[in-house]
Amino acid sequence: MSGGPPDAAATPPVARLREVGLRYGRVRALDAVSLDLPAGCMAGLIGPDGVGKSSLLALIAGARAVQSGRVEVFGADMADARDRRTVGPRIAYMPQGLGRNLYPTLSVFENIDFFGRLFGHDRAERERRIAELLESTGLAPFADRAAGKLSGGMRQKLGLCCALIHDPDLLVLDEPTTGVDPLARRRFWELIARIRAARPGMSVLVATAYMEEAARFDWLAAMDAGRVLATGAPRELLARTGAGSLEQAFVALLPEEKRRGHRPVRIPPRRAEEDGAPVAIEARGLTKRFGDFVAVDHVTFRIARGEIFGFLGSNGSGKTTTMKMLTGLLPASEGQAWLFGQEVNPHDIETRRRVGYMSQGFSLYAELTVRQNLELHARLFRLPADSIPGRVEEMARRFDLEGIMDALPSALPLGQRQRLSLAVAMIHRPEMLILDEPTSGVDPVARDAFWRILVDLARREGVTIFLSTHLMNEAERCDRISLMHAGRVLVSGAPAALIAERGVATLEDAFIAYLKEAAREAGEEPTTAAAGPPVSAAAPAGAGGPARHRGFDLRRMLSYANLEVLELRRDPIRATLALVGSILLLFIMGYGISMDVEDLTVAVLDRDQTTTSRDYALNIAGSRYFIERPPLADHAELDRRMSAGELSVAIEIPPGFGRDVARGRPTQIGAWIDGAMPMRAETVRGYVEGMHARWLAERAARARGAAAPPAPFTIETRFRYNPDVRSLVAMVPAMIPILLLLVPAMLTALSVVREKELGSIVNFHVTPVTRLEFLLGKQMPYLLLAMLNFLVLALLAVTAFGVPFTGSFATLAAATLVYVAATTAIGLLISSFMRSQVAAIFGTAIITMLPATQFSGLLDPVSSLEGAGALIGQVYPTTHYLNIARGTFSKALEFQDLRAAFVPLALAAPVLIGLSAALLRKQER
Amino acid sequence: MRAANVFHLGVKELRSLARDPIMLALIAYAFTLAIYASSTALPETLNRAPIAIVDEDRSPLSTRIAGAFYPPYFLPPAMIGQAEMDARMDAGLDTFALNIPPGFQRDVLAGRNPAIQLNVDATRMSQAFVGSGHIQAIVSDEVAAFVRRDRARETPPVDLVLRARFNPELNKSWFGAIVQVINNVTMLSIVLTGAALIREREHGTIEHLLVMPVTPLEIMTGKVWAMGLVVLLAAAFSLTFVVQGLLAVPIGGSVALFLAGATVHLFATTSMGIFLGTVARSMPQFGLLLILVMIPLQMLSGGSTPRESMPEAVQFAMLAAPTTHFVILAQAILYRGAGLSVVWPQFVALAVIGSALFACALARFRSAIGAAG
Repeated sequence: MSGGPPDAAATPPVARLREVGLRYGRVRALDAVSLDLPAGCMAGLIGPDGVGKSSLLALIAGARAVQSGRVEVFGADMADARDRRTVGPRIAYMPQGLGRNLYPTLSVFENIDFFGRLFGHDRAERERRIAELLESTGLAPFADRAAGKLSGGMRQKLGLCCALIHDPDLLVLDEPTTGVDPLARRRFWELIARIRAARPGMSVLVATAYMEEAARFDWLAAMDAGRVLATGAPRELLARTGAGSLEQAFVALLPEEKRRGHRPVRIPPRRAEEDGAPVAIEARGLTKRFGDFVAVDHVTFRIARGEIFGFLGSNGSGKTTTMKMLTGLLPASEGQAWLFGQEVNPHDIETRRRVGYMSQGFSLYAELTVRQNLELHARLFRLPADSIPGRVEEMARRFDLEGIMDALPSALPLGQRQRLSLAVAMIHRPEMLILDEPTSGVDPVARDAFWRILVDLARREGVTIFLSTHLMNEAERCDRISLMHAGRVLVSGAPAALIAERGVATLEDAFIAYLKEAAREAGEEPTTAAAGPPVSAAAPAGAGGPARHRGFDLRRMLSYANLEVLELRRDPIRATLALVGSILLLFIMGYGISMDVEDLTVAVLDRDQTTTSRDYALNIAGSRYFIERPPLADHAELDRRMSAGELSVAIEIPPGFGRDVARGRPTQIGAWIDGAMPMRAETVRGYVEGMHARWLAERAARARGAAAPPAPFTIETRFRYNPDVRSLVAMVPAMIPILLLLVPAMLTALSVVREKELGSIVNFHVTPVTRLEFLLGKQMPYLLLAMLNFLVLALLAVTAFGVPFTGSFATLAAATLVYVAATTAIGLLISSFMRSQVAAIFGTAIITMLPATQFSGLLDPVSSLEGAGALIGQVYPTTHYLNIARGTFSKALEFQDLRAAFVPLALAAPVLIGLSAALLRKQER
Repeated sequence: MRAANVFHLGVKELRSLARDPIMLALIAYAFTLAIYASSTALPETLNRAPIAIVDEDRSPLSTRIAGAFYPPYFLPPAMIGQAEMDARMDAGLDTFALNIPPGFQRDVLAGRNPAIQLNVDATRMSQAFVGSGHIQAIVSDEVAAFVRRDRARETPPVDLVLRARFNPELNKSWFGAIVQVINNVTMLSIVLTGAALIREREHGTIEHLLVMPVTPLEIMTGKVWAMGLVVLLAAAFSLTFVVQGLLAVPIGGSVALFLAGATVHLFATTSMGIFLGTVARSMPQFGLLLILVMIPLQMLSGGSTPRESMPEAVQFAMLAAPTTHFVILAQAILYRGAGLSVVWPQFVALAVIGSALFACALARFRSAIGAAG
């Protein structure tokens, strides 16, 4: 690390913080931090997870909104939107998490290209820069590989390429190397050094949890609990605390109450007689393949009872997969494993009771309190009910959880959560613990406390401990370790023995030596980029420079549109589900929803049994609308069969009906209609009334002969637009608007919120893209997809359903474009203010389903609705589009006739997009 | 399978749900406001139907006819000219347009049998049929009364007495409320189990369970009973307080028997939820799948339109869906007061479908766990 300590007096600081505070709800992340970050050097923030490092960096990068205090970067106030727009393009930000701001389905080239477009470079400029960056980082051979399929180290380099595409003056890196193997980590820092050599003016600000890395920076700020403990060059910090290593110096800087009780971890040697202890875990040739990918490749090892055994390796080296196979969570593709001499069998419940497992990350129930979590596990492991309270208390004492038994785990600091996880894993007194990265992110003091418990368990109680880690100093504490890389065990042995064997000073050096050897054996190109050309990303000044101050930039919008298209193409299931699903639903609803009420069941209770009564019964039961069921014998039967739902209508003809009719005496026919389904009942009533009247008329005509007086008038009923009164003709053109609402809205509803959940939303926060560019860019591909959807549906309506199209297709197509602009905007609106994908799904369903099916005139005209429903119906875009769809399909209308419906329709999209932009936040709060 | 494990796992589900305010709000909304809103927004079959009259006669008779249309069945008629009629119907302003020709009254009185023209917008199926019948009846009555100069109708020789059973006024909101309860029971039970499963997978807790001495069968059964219970309680609450209380819908049969039926139905739908949860690879896919499954279930089970009018093939295929049987069962019990002797075939059908879905879901669940990376 070159540069030397900065001369604070000469150059102004790159960033200046004054009394900066930040809260997430009740949690205080930063507490009145005042800090000057020196320019032109490598500045580092050190401290464990959750002390506020990431929050501080996000504030400086402009990704998070300033809550209190003042943050100045390059002299610009980061709380001021205009200042931020000016200074933003000079900052590059790489958020925490391996490539969290990258798009995993896009290739390496496409990812960098996306960022290049965002900063407004033209094609030639982008290609030149990308080629240079890929060359210097050694990623050139992998330009076409999807980002999600890169190793951790390569993903970091790709993230760096994306950050460097626009020649930033300040590079902000949040834990860039966490979880990356030591060789890749070393190369990463070499790359940074070369970049800095090429651009000496660039300031680099890094947060890291690796103390050995931080020791090589120019300037450090040690942080704890939202405050800065100390600042200065690493040498100064060591001198001030009189500590031998930066980790010890950090512990010494902690406030008194945190240090209390902290003792260095002492590991007593294993007793000699235990060397011959029986084997607890044995694996032979264990292999796991996921498709073509070999995650674990013939791993063989053996762990003795009471031993502390470690797997050391980077993310994705196969540690977790191996552990999952040992616990029976994953079946092995090949090879065998034994626990306590018994072969691992996923269905063997008994062995599980002898094993405690702690999975990577925190996997306890966040909705249950500490006590409830412990009790649940105690019960599931079938501890005797009367012993559970005692055991829970015992664990609470032992793992120091007594004060927090009724707290929810999500409210606890990581160290306590980690202890709870271990307590849960230990609740049933297992003889073996399998711990997957148990201490990642835990601060040194808590980590040491955790280790003291482990050592105690192993040495005093003879518990076998098998853990994985990517921290060297943890690996050094194990009795034996296996170095893992790319699914293979490189070597196994005691840490000291491995160091001695390679003749190096530290375990890290030994690991690197083994990694290099493995790479050589595999015949791989030594991917070290040290031989690569120096990074000369410095662009010719002014040439193709980013368009910084334009209000609305088409290129930036297309950049997001292009991104969305690429993602849609890479996840064809979503697009297919949308297209095929809407076709499927058109068929289902087109054929299924029928307003033609036919085949109604009828039975007759004929108490007269004369020719007249039979004539009457035949008049009704014999019509094409009814299906006659066996006649009824009495009222009891009528009741029974009607309540079983067997009959839609029952006709009762009274005794003496024929006689009364003949003599002209008044008589009554009874008709009982099943009213359980009102729509059907209304229709039945209409049918029965009509047939009754016709029977009377015919009888009268027969009686009076031709002398019957003519009716005073006639009504000619013309069923317009749909002369055959077919349900399909009425329903299919009305279904298309519903489908073009539900499906596109559901698709866009996830487009923004997905970025929020997956973390890539940070690109929107820190790049010059505006809200409108972002939203319209996201909308465009779905607009096109919806138009395609429309064409398919319209074609099907005319061909498969035989619905005649009588009006102007151009008018309908134009209306559709305007309409889907509005429906996709509804999804964007939901997506802009929801926080999770589930909430977005439910929200979209709620605001689309009910208005579309009930308030938009699908079944009942909007003018017939009342109250809130009528109001919603009048403004909802579906109402107006439905009129246009029916008008053009069935009523032979042209644009002239439908002008009025276009006005409210055209207003919808701009209003909705405007609202989305207002609700979407350009910064995280 | 151990009953204790199933019980504890179910209690865990209940506790998780109790701490999820969004889900709770959704359940509360679905069983109160959603039911109230959709049942009261539904107009009666013929409610405020828009009608226009082209009166080219301008006689006492034509005025009398125009005066016979009033709310709630019809909106006050718009008196328009011949030229406007087509444009208004094209724009969808009117469902009906009645054209009274010049000299109508004179011709009626002279016995020349004049014709009135009734134009109906037949793309509005729900009003077209019933409304044109009503209009014919109204016009006939008015003309007849005018001719006799007397409103009293003579009793026809044979009177037809129509009585609608189970819902004498054919009140649509009763129907809407019950159907909405049924739909929400189905939707929530699928969403709750499916989303709970996906959430456990996303948060990694499912793995945690699987390394403990519990079997997939126990995990699944725990979810089924817990989520089923929640939906059952919500449905019972809704039926008692919203449907019977607020909306004052009289319930014919035994609510207990209905809830027993709902329990069997829930067994089937919660299993279906778990099945969908194992099919969908992510929450967004689950959302799209949910729409694809729910809409046919709602539309074709007989709750929206009568089963009789669907094509035979659809009727037959929908026998495999639990909702079809549940709708039949619910209508029989709640409206017609049917007892177990009538609805036992539906109970059997639901139990069979439920068992089949449960077995499928369990098989998928077991294999999905094996493949979970």
